[in-house]
Amino acid sequence: MAAEQHDCTETLHELYHFLDGECTDAKRSQIREHLEGCPPCFEAFDFEAEIKAYISSNCREKATDDLRARIADAIGHEPSS
Amino acid sequence: MADQATFSEQAMPLMDSLYGAAMRMTRNKADAEDLVQETYLKAYRGFGGFEQGTNLKAWLYRILTNTYINIYRKKQRRPDETDLAEVEDLYLYRRLGGLEAATAGRSAEEELLDLFAESEVKEAMESLPDNFRIAVLLADVEGFAYKEIAEILDIPIGTVMSRLHRGRKALQKELYEFAVARGLTTADVGS
Repeated sequence: MAAEQHDCTETLHELYHFLDGECTDAKRSQIREHLEGCPPCFEAFDFEAEIKAYISSNCREKATDDLRARIADAIGHEPSS
Repeated sequence: MADQATFSEQAMPLMDSLYGAAMRMTRNKADAEDLVQETYLKAYRGFGGFEQGTNLKAWLYRILTNTYINIYRKKQRRPDETDLAEVEDLYLYRRLGGLEAATAGRSAEEELLDLFAESEVKEAMESLPDNFRIAVLLADVEGFAYKEIAEILDIPIGTVMSRLHRGRKALQKELYEFAVARGLTTADVGS
């Protein structure tokens, strides 16, 4: 039990390193292995992964054609070096 | 030196992404457009110094963030990072993670769509103090690696990680407050 709890704490501590792709391969497989056998940790990882993806897809913008033209024009007026 | 065609071909396709970051930084369209234009002009002028084959997107983001910090941030009075309250780990999960039981058969993505509107995600992001907001933007929206963020912001990797850690938790708390305000969940004061 004590070992398992230690694993959960350790695993949750690495959650964002894992989601950010910043773990070593060894650490990654160790975490995957833990998640396979631990539904509560899996749930937490899954939830955070969804939030991260949701934030990413909801913070995007499209530059207007106006801005594109303005910038292309400004660059066109720069002296060529 | 700065070959206009090469620059345009490589840098112009990244404009949506830079403009998105500029919007979250300046919080308004006019300043964001000026910031992006300034970034492209500086990048064009310095393009001769860009080493082909290295990461152009990271290079452009470095110019964008430096320009923002030097010009636009001075105009604003925003709370300093010391004002960012400590928030517990897994803040949203501890409050909303149990929701799945009540909405069986729906994906977590669908549940989040119900909870937060796109405008609220943007607003929550924009509420973060600069240092935290920029770190979270670079990691979660743009997908830069810690090392790249460290280079873009010219700070140690340890600082990148601590800003991300605190910034993400603060963002979750902001989001939660939107959900509470809309009556989509009840505030669990005292837990």
